Amino acid sequence: MRFNALRVLKEGLTGNRGWGPHWRDPEPKPAYDIVIIGGGGHGLATAFYLAKEHGLTNVAVLEKGYLGGGNVGRNTTIVRANYFLPGNSEFYSHSLKLWETLEDDLNYNVMHSQRGLFNLYHSDGQRDAIVRRGNAMINQGDDAFLLDRAALEKKLPFLDYDNGRFPIHGALYHPRGGTARHDAVAWGFARGASDRGVDLIQNCEVTGIDTEGGAVTGVQTTRGAIRARKVAIVTAGRSGQVAALAGLRLPIESHVLQAFVTEGLKPVIDNVITFGMGHFYISQSDKGGLVFGGDLDFYPSYAQRGNLPTVEHVMEAGMTLMPMIGRAKVLRSWGGIMDMTPDGSPIIDRAPVDGLYLDCGWCYGGFKAVPGSGFALAHLLATDRPHDSATGFRLDRFTTGRGLMDEEGKGAQHNLH
Amino acid sequence: MRLTCPHCGERDLREFTFGGATLTRPEGDWGPDWDAYIHLRENPAGLSREYWTHDMGCAAWLLVERDTVTHDIRAVRPVGEGAP
Ligand SMILES: Cc1cc2nc3c(=O)[nH]c(=O)nc-3n(C[C@H](O)[C@H](O)[C@H](O)COP(=O)(O)OP(=O)(O)OC[C@H]3O[C@@H](n4cnc5c(N)ncnc54)[C@H](O)[C@@H]3O)c2cc1C
Ligand SMILES: [Zn+2]
Repeated sequence: MRFNALRVLKEGLTGNRGWGPHWRDPEPKPAYDIVIIGGGGHGLATAFYLAKEHGLTNVAVLEKGYLGGGNVGRNTTIVRANYFLPGNSEFYSHSLKLWETLEDDLNYNVMHSQRGLFNLYHSDGQRDAIVRRGNAMINQGDDAFLLDRAALEKKLPFLDYDNGRFPIHGALYHPRGGTARHDAVAWGFARGASDRGVDLIQNCEVTGIDTEGGAVTGVQTTRGAIRARKVAIVTAGRSGQVAALAGLRLPIESHVLQAFVTEGLKPVIDNVITFGMGHFYISQSDKGGLVFGGDLDFYPSYAQRGNLPTVEHVMEAGMTLMPMIGRAKVLRSWGGIMDMTPDGSPIIDRAPVDGLYLDCGWCYGGFKAVPGSGFALAHLLATDRPHDSATGFRLDRFTTGRGLMDEEGKGAQHNLH
Repeated sequence: MRLTCPHCGERDLREFTFGGATLTRPEGDWGPDWDAYIHLRENPAGLSREYWTHDMGCAAWLLVERDTVTHDIRAVRPVGEGAP
């Protein structure tokens, strides 16, 4: 399935009846070299880069629902590389570079829009912290600018600068940050992987992981047994459940994160704005809806919906920051299940079972990581060595205490991030 | 989701804070048991036994049985009375 301007015009005039599927819908084969469990952004990107970078195409992605039906289609689509700690910063920097060539690599419009991201600060202490972060970003080779209040007011005139509790003193500006069309990212990677020969198998839930003598031999699924030399668990919020099929317990707790979108409005918010003190972030989708979110509900959940206290908190934070949005009507809200690690940073590593690999713990920041994670996991699966950009994402860092990546400085403990 | 505090009755979720899964604290020095206690989680999809505190109310610590898939609260007891 390919697009071009002439075709879009023709289909538009003839009722859009001529479009076909974007990827094949194969029956599962009895065996593959590599089986990827989970057809979200990370699983599909892994399949794509296995084929593209390593020529490995005897690969299947097994998805229990439909492709892109998980968090990859439920997030607020912020893409950025403003991490501070070694381990994270080189990874997200690499991921952002992959984003910047993604549309060419996939020949697919993922609507990646580097509209710029602002991180607000409200005190001298926060300014110092933001300067330090900005310097770390610049040292990493990425872009960061410190804006004082006057400079910021020119760009974002609608914020409440003189709020009593959180007066706005300025922002860290990351021009290469932005958003992307989340579904298109899943679809683009899916098409690219399928075209290169990877089997994408939907409605196929993995119900067992087979091992023999401490090594993986395959998986049991709702569509039959499938043998595999290597199996990767890439199931986001469900990572704990799927790892349990191989007898593992992970340093992960699953929590719910909510997001919201308003009715479509004319263009009013040109960038991504993050208000850390209110746990609030907002951007405007190309359809016109204001897309915003807040913090976790802060109790474990698999419900894909949250509770009203968090809704209220997010709305209050939005009104504190920019009272002008008060009359926009909220159209929808939803929740997704986040795989939270003790230090709030991810894991891409071999599991303590031969042939089993983990890509999990993305917490609430795994959308921007989709290309980087797919690239790094594909490298690990193909070569059994971590990619240079992802050497910090070790499973054993919690046990040893070495290389913890606690960006918020809260301590490597569950329920703090 | 509303919790019924054994001391204060049914109250709004805003008054409570989740305090982690109920785990058995290991004896002795640092080792694999401590690592598991601090980091590894059952992370159940379904019935979960966990601590909550009614910190905006009577400040008691509570043992709660809750379904993580439906958010149903099955039981709330004071911690002193042992695991629910
Ligand atoms: C409300 C919200 C806002 C967010 N905002 C941002 C943001 O602005 N920026 C950002 O970078 N990140 C954000 N995130 C985080 C990001 O969406 C996730 O970290 C990321 O999408 C997770 O990886 P994934 O895409 O592979 O997950 P998913 O799309 O959830 O993929 C996992 C897949 O595994 C499948 N699966 C599970 N169990 C099985 C099984 N047994 N067998 C087969 N398949 C199985 C699931 O059905 C699912 O499709 C947000 C998340 C949420 C919920
Ligand atoms: Zn009480």
